[in-house]
Amino acid sequence: MNSNEALLKYTLRIGDSSLILAQRLCEWTGVGPYLEEDLALTNISLDLFGRAKSLLDYVAKLEDKGRTEDDIAFLRSEREYFNALITELPNGDYAKTMIRQALVDCFDFHFYAALTKSNNETLAGIAAKSIKEITYHKRHSFSWVVRFGNGTDDSAARLQKGFDEVWPFTAELFEMNEIDELLIKQGVAVNLNDLKPLWEKEMNALLTEAHVKVPSEVYMQTGSRKGVHTEHLGHLLSEMQALPRMHPGAKW
Amino acid sequence: MHTEKEIFDLLSEIPDPEIPVISIVELGVIRKVSSNGKSIDVVITPTYSGCPAMKQMEDDVCKKLKENGYETVHVSMVYSPAWTTDWLSEEAKLKLQKYGIAPPEESTSDKSFLSNKPKAVTCPRCKSKNSTMVSQFGSTACKALYQCKDCMEPFDYFKCI
Repeated sequence: MNSNEALLKYTLRIGDSSLILAQRLCEWTGVGPYLEEDLALTNISLDLFGRAKSLLDYVAKLEDKGRTEDDIAFLRSEREYFNALITELPNGDYAKTMIRQALVDCFDFHFYAALTKSNNETLAGIAAKSIKEITYHKRHSFSWVVRFGNGTDDSAARLQKGFDEVWPFTAELFEMNEIDELLIKQGVAVNLNDLKPLWEKEMNALLTEAHVKVPSEVYMQTGSRKGVHTEHLGHLLSEMQALPRMHPGAKW
Repeated sequence: MHTEKEIFDLLSEIPDPEIPVISIVELGVIRKVSSNGKSIDVVITPTYSGCPAMKQMEDDVCKKLKENGYETVHVSMVYSPAWTTDWLSEEAKLKLQKYGIAPPEESTSDKSFLSNKPKAVTCPRCKSKNSTMVSQFGSTACKALYQCKDCMEPFDYFKCI
């Protein structure tokens, strides 16, 4: 694999994670638990779509085949997406959405902070932009996890249930392959091994504060680095891609 | 053919699509202009990555410059350096306040905005500092929702990033 190809695949992977989580979160539009939260999640979703747009735009430039970021976002099939599995999981109730968001926000916070130091100027620039937004996202999801955990018996039980459903998808966030190895040597990519202790420390503190129990033994899911997904991604894509597939080349 | 200052003056006539009391130049999204006779390049930066007003701003810039004699207008987007509320002028902050939006309270350089303690924000209507944050996310990506505990009015706060 040459450097350009590795960079393309790396950018596609992080762009896809932003895109798919953005699409998931926007499912809360109009049905949030109350107006302020409806607005909060749609704002967060917009930030993620914006980040995905800038990353996929860079993929289009690296690829140089005349495709746009929209073509890449909307006209691929399931196995061609490399988003982390946790981003495609169904939203469930609000407690599940918030605990997933906290796990991902915490990962993104440390990942993009490290990416600002990349010697790839485009990625570092996008990271510098994103980190400001993620700071707000993380504060939002963390505060909800604490509230649910310390709220009623029902809210605490729902938080624990949501956590148990998404936790097996967290190890995958830190998986690395030959793409990472090549790009770390070049000072482009983030070493995810360095990130894990930071993430664990912060998550442990949050989970303790929210009285969430972490299961001692659990089978950790994997697959997205190879484009293998849960059954949920196909359904998400069919909705997301419906318009551009039915009306190819449609413009506003 | 205009000088760079004249081009900035032209662009200053374009209001922010969502906060029409300040111009897109005052907002700080216009980073660079360079013209070569009939063609012109404008570099803009988004306030927030997903700000839906960016496309509108791009269209407004194209329209304004074409009306003023430029045949080819090319607008490009940069992400670095990342936009910051520090680029809002004092005059722009005053305009926001008069419009009913509390301007960013501090400079991002002091980093206190990263802490979890919400700032005491001044109510744009009664100037009381006795306000409380209702939601970190408001009517647009750049604003948070606050309420004044003295006059009880809810108001938008321009988030400090």
